[in-house]
Amino acid sequence: MSALTDDTLPMTPRAMRDEMIVFAAMAVLLAIVPFTGIYPFFVMQALCFALLACAFNLLIGYGGLLSFGHAMFLGTAGYVSAHALKVWAFPPELGILIGTAAAALLGLVTGYISIKRQGIYFSMITLALSQLLYFIYLQAPFTHGEDGIQGIPQGHLFGIFDLSKPIVLYYVVLVGFLAGFLLIYRTINSPFGEVLKSIRENEPRAISLGYKTDHYKLMAFILSGTLAGFAGSLKVFVAQNASLTDVHWSMSGEIVLMTLVGGLGTIFGPVVGAFVIIAMQQYLAGFGQWVTVIQGVIFVACVLLFRRGLVGELAHYLRRSL
Amino acid sequence: MQALYAQLLVGLINGSFYALLSLGLAVIFGMLNIINFAHGALYMMGAFVAYFLLNLAGLNYWWALIVAPVVVGIFGMILERTMLQWLTGLDHLYGLLLTFGIALIVQGVFQNYFGSSGLPYAIPDQLKGGVNLGFMFLPIYRGWVVVFSLVVCLATWYLIEKTQLGAYLRAATENPTLVRAFGINVPRMITLTYGLGVGLAALAGVLSAPINQVRPLMGADLIIVVFAVVVIGGMGSIMGSIITGFALGVIEGLTKYFYPEASNTVVFVLMVLVLLVKPTGLTGRAA
Repeated sequence: MSALTDDTLPMTPRAMRDEMIVFAAMAVLLAIVPFTGIYPFFVMQALCFALLACAFNLLIGYGGLLSFGHAMFLGTAGYVSAHALKVWAFPPELGILIGTAAAALLGLVTGYISIKRQGIYFSMITLALSQLLYFIYLQAPFTHGEDGIQGIPQGHLFGIFDLSKPIVLYYVVLVGFLAGFLLIYRTINSPFGEVLKSIRENEPRAISLGYKTDHYKLMAFILSGTLAGFAGSLKVFVAQNASLTDVHWSMSGEIVLMTLVGGLGTIFGPVVGAFVIIAMQQYLAGFGQWVTVIQGVIFVACVLLFRRGLVGELAHYLRRSL
Repeated sequence: MQALYAQLLVGLINGSFYALLSLGLAVIFGMLNIINFAHGALYMMGAFVAYFLLNLAGLNYWWALIVAPVVVGIFGMILERTMLQWLTGLDHLYGLLLTFGIALIVQGVFQNYFGSSGLPYAIPDQLKGGVNLGFMFLPIYRGWVVVFSLVVCLATWYLIEKTQLGAYLRAATENPTLVRAFGINVPRMITLTYGLGVGLAALAGVLSAPINQVRPLMGADLIIVVFAVVVIGGMGSIMGSIITGFALGVIEGLTKYFYPEASNTVVFVLMVLVLLVKPTGLTGRAA
């Protein structure tokens, strides 16, 4: 089995320093967005998807597990948060918490089922499970079917921050994104992350070394699902709705595409990929179904021509880990 | 009881499509080590080729049964030559991603020109009407689809398991390098295999056109169900794919009768149950 990334660099102090510099630059750039006149709604949406893609990348890039059903976490957390906020009138912090918890629980159940098979079967199983959930949400009364849950109140986070003000909401989403990003970064560079990488490179070897690889894969799946759910809960406050499109297989495909464009198994790739794809959708919104065609072309081009993705190619060129 | 038999028949028809599609997926996976995500899109193309033949060239259903699989098969072989062959030696998942991209392109292009609604395709005159079997009324076309699919499935099984060509094919699946050493052109065989698998999908598309109408997204949701079928049955055995395909169609049909709310989820639920009880799938070979 060939590895996903052909130039895995050892975690040296220099690599760590490089990554922290890039992270700081990213955080500063994102922090000044509201003062640049860039439409904040666009950036907030992109941040939610960036976190989602980072969570997905944790599985594929470091565990070698291609989930083709990550939209189920986005959608489930979104529906649960939206329902809690609107119908049960939960405060925002509890709404986010319960949505994320629902995604974690879903991660436990679906992870337990899907890691029973490896490789390509794993992808097909995650896709089938998310389609199962799609049909359940289509029929369940609380999701309001095709209409979705709309007009979700944003409320005051911790009773202080008024989330209906775009600038407040922007910084809340940004803090959420950065926290999630750092958690993933920490995970990748922990002993746990090293075991994950060994599973990606050679699972039978990892088993023979005494690692219970199924436990590690399940843990990674739950963590990835939970963070994807967290992104979904944040997105509820940005979009103020929760709908079936968030659970559809095409959404899972978009998550894969973002990560692929940015670079599978790179730290910053999914963020770049998410911004590229969301921007593309924004600018090409008037072209109807051609957007789907263009996404397909990007998939094909990425797989055939630059499998490392944008950030991966840059990192390869600079011989740095990014 | 009439309704039960009618749903059983619908189940058998869906089962025919599951069998034809999962059969093609299994054959392709065996030779190319690729899960062909574009299978649903190529199934849809088969139906559209039939539609074009009828409306642009005036060629009827019987022509479509032959021409559509050939045309789509050639299209598939071009895809294999120009794109899929470059993935040899890479991780499996790139094949999935590439064919997913191809599916998006094909479906997107058709959606642009034909929207999302269905185009009608009439049942051929020779297969119109129905017969009263005493316990139920059998529309001839539906009976034809089930019988014809079964014949095609068994013929494919025979081709791969019992003929000389099939023996080469199975040998190349096990050890392509060794088979090449015997002077057999394995790359060409891979291309033809992809063409065959894709042709089967196109044939299923033609068969389904008079029943389900011709829609750009007709294969998009179907392929996910077929993936679940493949997970349940495993891709190790041709006969396994055929039997699992038909059996799941029938179970789905029965569910439509006894508990319609679960009819579009039952295959996925069964997949979960199979994974919990027998993780290697029904045919029992580990992946």
